[in-house]
Amino acid sequence: MSVRRGLVAAALVPGACLAAWAALGLLILWTTLDPAARPAVAAGLGALVGGREALAVGWWVVGAALGGWAVVRLHAAHAAPVARMADAAQLLAGDAGTPDLVPSGGAAPRRLAVAINALASERRALRADMEQLAEAASRKAAEDRDQLAALMAELDQSVVVCNLDGRILLYNERARTLFRRLSPASRIAGGADLVGLGRSIHAAIDPAVIAHACEAVERRLARGEARPSARFATVAGNGSLIQASLAPVRAGEGAATTGYLLLLEDITEAHAAQARRDHRLLELTEGSRAALGSIQAALDMLDYPDLGPEERDEFQRVVREEVAAMGARLGELAGEAGRDLAARWPLQDILGADLVEAVAKRILATTGREVDCAAVEESLWLSADSHALTEAVTGLAARLAERGEALSLRLAPAGGWAYLDLAWPSADGATAAAAARWPDEAAAGAPSARELAERHGGGLWLSQDLPGGHCSFRFMLPRAVGDHDEAGAGERPVYYDFDLLAGGEARGALDDRPLDRLACTVFDCETTGLDPGGGDEIIQLGAVRILNGRLLNGEWFDHLVDPGRSIPEASIPFHGIRPEMVRGKPALVEVLPAFHAFAADTVLVGHNVAFDMRFLRLKEAATGVRFDQPVLDTLLLASVAQPEEESHALEAIAGRLGVPVTARHSAAGDALTTASVFLKLLPLLRSRGVVTLGEAREAAARSPFARLRY
Amino acid sequence: MGTKVLIADDEPNIVVSLSFMMRREGYDVVVARDGAEALDAIRRERPALVLLDAMMPGLTGFDVCEAVRADAAVRDTRILMLTAKGRETDVARGLGAGADAYLTKPFSTRELVEKVREMLA
Repeated sequence: MSVRRGLVAAALVPGACLAAWAALGLLILWTTLDPAARPAVAAGLGALVGGREALAVGWWVVGAALGGWAVVRLHAAHAAPVARMADAAQLLAGDAGTPDLVPSGGAAPRRLAVAINALASERRALRADMEQLAEAASRKAAEDRDQLAALMAELDQSVVVCNLDGRILLYNERARTLFRRLSPASRIAGGADLVGLGRSIHAAIDPAVIAHACEAVERRLARGEARPSARFATVAGNGSLIQASLAPVRAGEGAATTGYLLLLEDITEAHAAQARRDHRLLELTEGSRAALGSIQAALDMLDYPDLGPEERDEFQRVVREEVAAMGARLGELAGEAGRDLAARWPLQDILGADLVEAVAKRILATTGREVDCAAVEESLWLSADSHALTEAVTGLAARLAERGEALSLRLAPAGGWAYLDLAWPSADGATAAAAARWPDEAAAGAPSARELAERHGGGLWLSQDLPGGHCSFRFMLPRAVGDHDEAGAGERPVYYDFDLLAGGEARGALDDRPLDRLACTVFDCETTGLDPGGGDEIIQLGAVRILNGRLLNGEWFDHLVDPGRSIPEASIPFHGIRPEMVRGKPALVEVLPAFHAFAADTVLVGHNVAFDMRFLRLKEAATGVRFDQPVLDTLLLASVAQPEEESHALEAIAGRLGVPVTARHSAAGDALTTASVFLKLLPLLRSRGVVTLGEAREAAARSPFARLRY
Repeated sequence: MGTKVLIADDEPNIVVSLSFMMRREGYDVVVARDGAEALDAIRRERPALVLLDAMMPGLTGFDVCEAVRADAAVRDTRILMLTAKGRETDVARGLGAGADAYLTKPFSTRELVEKVREMLA
């Protein structure tokens, strides 16, 4: 509006100037006149103008209009386009993504616009190049890290890398399995309370022991050793004996230590076996010495010529008795040593289906016959010497094939064992009769099939199911005891965060930390109803962790809880949890302490979290755990980030932010959605000046939704 | 009344030979089957020398040895430890407990007899 008014004013200026100029000229002429001549001139002028004033004013008006028109045209051609282009150029300078200037107006502004556009497009190209380079570099770095993580995952040893504060920044699957065994609360937390990115290793290993090992390493570094490491043994929370090797992490030779790498091994069993062997050895030597002592003494006595016959019999009895006892002891020891040997045979964990496939392939290659394989239960893992076993089964199969039998393979679990059956249809039992001795026949240099099965601690026998019309060789093999649950088939779980190596900056007061430099536990509860004070209880507790702005998709907490009361039928559509699903599950007094450990040292995040916190706080007395860490509510944060939106329900926010909603109304599913929403809210909050935890808590407290109380 | 020797061992097969040998040497033999019995016998019979097995049920030879050295009445009893425990730590422990000599099974009876004579000389 003001531009328009300015333009109108500018258009009036030429008219005013023309009038002023004419008036000024007349005035000057007038003053130069001889005063005596003035009346005559005035009369003359009066005669000239008299009656023709309209013509004079009209003349002036036409001149003024022409002048005004010229001003408007000039403004339109030169001034206005330059101003517009200045605005557009300013936008372009701020954001290269805005559209190019539109050339307009006179020739000069048009040339200016073209030149500015050329500059802008050059800048765009430059930026794109840089982005490409940066992206390629970061992709390379990410690939390197992924490769490292993949390598770590393949390792047979447990690896944990920590920064100097003891925060875990890398661990592998083995370490996770190890910690799962070590955790005193393992039934509930599954080790996730001990090992996790950003968690402290001190929860699992005594900090004093680590500090001592670090000092030893530093001393050796100071002495100039190139690759120092320190070994120590320590006792874990569940009483297991852990042997660890600690090596420093340095950016390069001579650089300062930024962290340390731990190779961990549970040596409880090995140690116990060693102790058993030592004990047996001691028993044998001492027992033998005593027996030999008695024998020697008795023999010496027998040398006396003047012994009576009774005395002679007595000493001879001593000798015979002691010799027999020693023989028995040696026999027993040999048996135990054999069992130990079997236990030390290198058995490896192998997926049952893989073993069956390998055996079938080997049989096909050896005999040229297809073997009919029954489907194997997916979760069945064996502890086996797979090569030797494949050879043994193939050996038996080849002999059966010679007799023209059609073969089939089956692998099925049987308690802590699994039966691997090599079966053939039995017409008259003739093959079975012929095959009875095969398991004991060893090829040169190899153990017999039976020996092999026994080495696995299992057995091998011929099983005849005559009514069923088939016979089979049945290998009884041990199932693997470890945990082999597949970690999220889609994404590789995140097991590292090298940013933690930098560590130090994150040490400030928690409230001063940026939201994307926090460790958070995003959680959700499913409950029997909405009234914790009126007896409603938690029936499911799910959580996932966020570290430094990244979702850790390998670190979950997901548990059904036995509420110790009925689950109202009306609530089931909301959570889908039926009474039989929680039967036999741990009670909240067991689950909550495990969750407390899982959430230790983190900020709690939830959607409409006041509701969940009310349930947790009501249980503080019963469970003895207090959740006193800072709490963030995505509902409140969303209302801060998008105040103009009406709905801040989880689905609504997720929809707006493009977060896929899976498994709505399961605790872990909702926790995952909430976590994704939280991460998406961070940039929106930042643009509104909410960067740190403290600022987020203040802003949330000011939200109109913060007045909701449960 | 000859010199009294106590044989304390829970293995009857060695006791048979030891007591035969000691009797032949002209000593009066007293036998104890375990540590507690051995300590009683030492206090009651006041033997000049004890052939003490280290590994007995209940009170071990080491315990008996320590108890004897702590008891002013029987402190001077000679103790010869006979044991199947041949490790250095065991020998050191036996001598540390106050045994005068330590023989590891198996031993030659001649050596034993000489040692006993020497200790009672």
